[in-house]
Amino acid sequence: MPRVNALPLAIKKVYLSRKFKRRNRSMIGDAFLTLFLGLFGLFSVWPLVFIINNAFKPLNEIFIFPPKLFVQNPTLTNFQDLFIIIGNSWIPMSRYLFNTVFLTAAGTASSVIIGSMAAFPLAKYVFPGSKTMSKMIVYSLMFNGTVTALPNYVIMSKLGLIDTYWAVILPTAASTLGLFLMQNFMVQVPDALIEAAKMDGANEFTVFWKVMMPLSRSAWITLIILSFQNLWGTTGGGFIYSEKLKPVSYALSQIVNAGVARTGVASAVTLIMLIVPIVVFVISQSNVISTMATSGIKE
Amino acid sequence: MLTSRQVKTSNRGRRSPMQVWKEHKGKYLLILPFAILFLVFTAIPVLTSIVISFTSFNMLEAPTFVGLRNYINLTVNDDVFLIAVKNTLFFALITGPVSYLMCFVFSWLINELSPKVRAVMTLVFYAPSISGNAYMIWKLIFSSDMYGYANAWMMKLGLASEPILFFDTKKYVFPILILVQLWLSLGVSFLAFIAGLQNVDKTLYEAGQIDGIRNRWQELWFITLPSMRPQLLFGAVMQITASLSVSQISLELAGFPSVEYSGHTILTHLHDYGFIRHEMGYASAIATILFFIMVFTNIIVQKVLRRVGA
Repeated sequence: MPRVNALPLAIKKVYLSRKFKRRNRSMIGDAFLTLFLGLFGLFSVWPLVFIINNAFKPLNEIFIFPPKLFVQNPTLTNFQDLFIIIGNSWIPMSRYLFNTVFLTAAGTASSVIIGSMAAFPLAKYVFPGSKTMSKMIVYSLMFNGTVTALPNYVIMSKLGLIDTYWAVILPTAASTLGLFLMQNFMVQVPDALIEAAKMDGANEFTVFWKVMMPLSRSAWITLIILSFQNLWGTTGGGFIYSEKLKPVSYALSQIVNAGVARTGVASAVTLIMLIVPIVVFVISQSNVISTMATSGIKE
Repeated sequence: MLTSRQVKTSNRGRRSPMQVWKEHKGKYLLILPFAILFLVFTAIPVLTSIVISFTSFNMLEAPTFVGLRNYINLTVNDDVFLIAVKNTLFFALITGPVSYLMCFVFSWLINELSPKVRAVMTLVFYAPSISGNAYMIWKLIFSSDMYGYANAWMMKLGLASEPILFFDTKKYVFPILILVQLWLSLGVSFLAFIAGLQNVDKTLYEAGQIDGIRNRWQELWFITLPSMRPQLLFGAVMQITASLSVSQISLELAGFPSVEYSGHTILTHLHDYGFIRHEMGYASAIATILFFIMVFTNIIVQKVLRRVGA
């Protein structure tokens, strides 16, 4: 059977220069796959369509039973009501919004940088303790968070972190998921590039910042998406009590919880809270592109 | 008798911590910030929970040491826990592999689209994961009255003469939970696979055609899969933990307790003891057992995955 990796470099290079058409793609196969993708896509995207439509429904359409997917008489009433409520808020909505933006930005940045920093040595070197650390990281993903919540709270309060931004940011920065993801992408960066950088006198941090990070761009963009999505919806996780430190999703959930009369407002809130992660998602995803090909070195 | 090489390695083993630090200083410094946070916010809480699992602890009085009693009670006396284990394993056996395959197949199918189109398609498939508790929509679909979508369609098509009480009938609960879990399955691994596929060296495909690779499937098996083995290993860990820790959808859709424990899983059992009965010792023992089930599953799956593309 063909072993591509075993192909001599010289031969490979000859064919690199030519443009090869991807052959052997049958039309029927493609049509079938497109149909399959389309059907499953409809199935998946349904709740999103539902949320978008719901936000523009007048109250009588929201309460219609059985619920209709598409809005009949679109209206902006839900949004107008929401802004009136927000305008009357005791603590200005801009404050909640600032909290969320700050928590999301600080949490995402620190988790990506701190996680990637640790991922690099664990992915590319063997040194005393490296195997143990890698194992601990994988295994820690398997211990359920429910029972660690109590010890976690005790630690937080001992450290005086309760009711500060740190209570949200620090645990996010310690995200093992992020490290594990980065580690699995950094493994693929060719050793030759690291050695070349070291020959030029780069220290480990420079290698990390100038070689590893640019080459694992797809990975940390993916991590940004995950971290952003997580933090954007945070309500403070039981660690933040001061009203002026609370994030926007907490404030909005308070508005929504005020009763049935707020159902229309609630659907507007759901859409507004979802738009930002969606925009971030689409922009980030379209930046998930090949980084290896531009590295210039073929092994 | 020692050969010279063995002498050398045994010498290496006796290096002082100072020497190790000097040689690998840069690496340890890079890891340090994470290591501290990991110790404080993950390692210590996990170890504390494992210690608590050997105690009786009601969160009001100080924990008292009870040895292995929690574990013995769980495995010998707690019939409901055995149902939970059976359900969880059966559930994971279906949703784990299927969702893993789905993540891969979908990421593979949309991989060749242009970045913008691909981003939108990714959003379409990822939508159930991004829209918070969007799975509640299934409650509407399988609503027990004739207004539930499933019932309405079935009655219209003449498949049912009266509304089916989906979440109150033992034989329906489990399949519905599996369906919902699969619908939710294009999550973290899916995104990791998409990123991983982008990093596969494109020139390998061209070289492969010269080398006699004839169709998509050979291309997949001999080039794509081996090139993204790290992402596949990552995805496996994610799907193992996800498929064995199902609880939220069961609690929200089937209710708690579900009819005849049909939707009862290890984690809903944990939820019961942790949040409702406040028996943290017992709950911690459940978490520890689940932990070992996952570790064990992971070892087996990683062994299997090493054979991919070989």
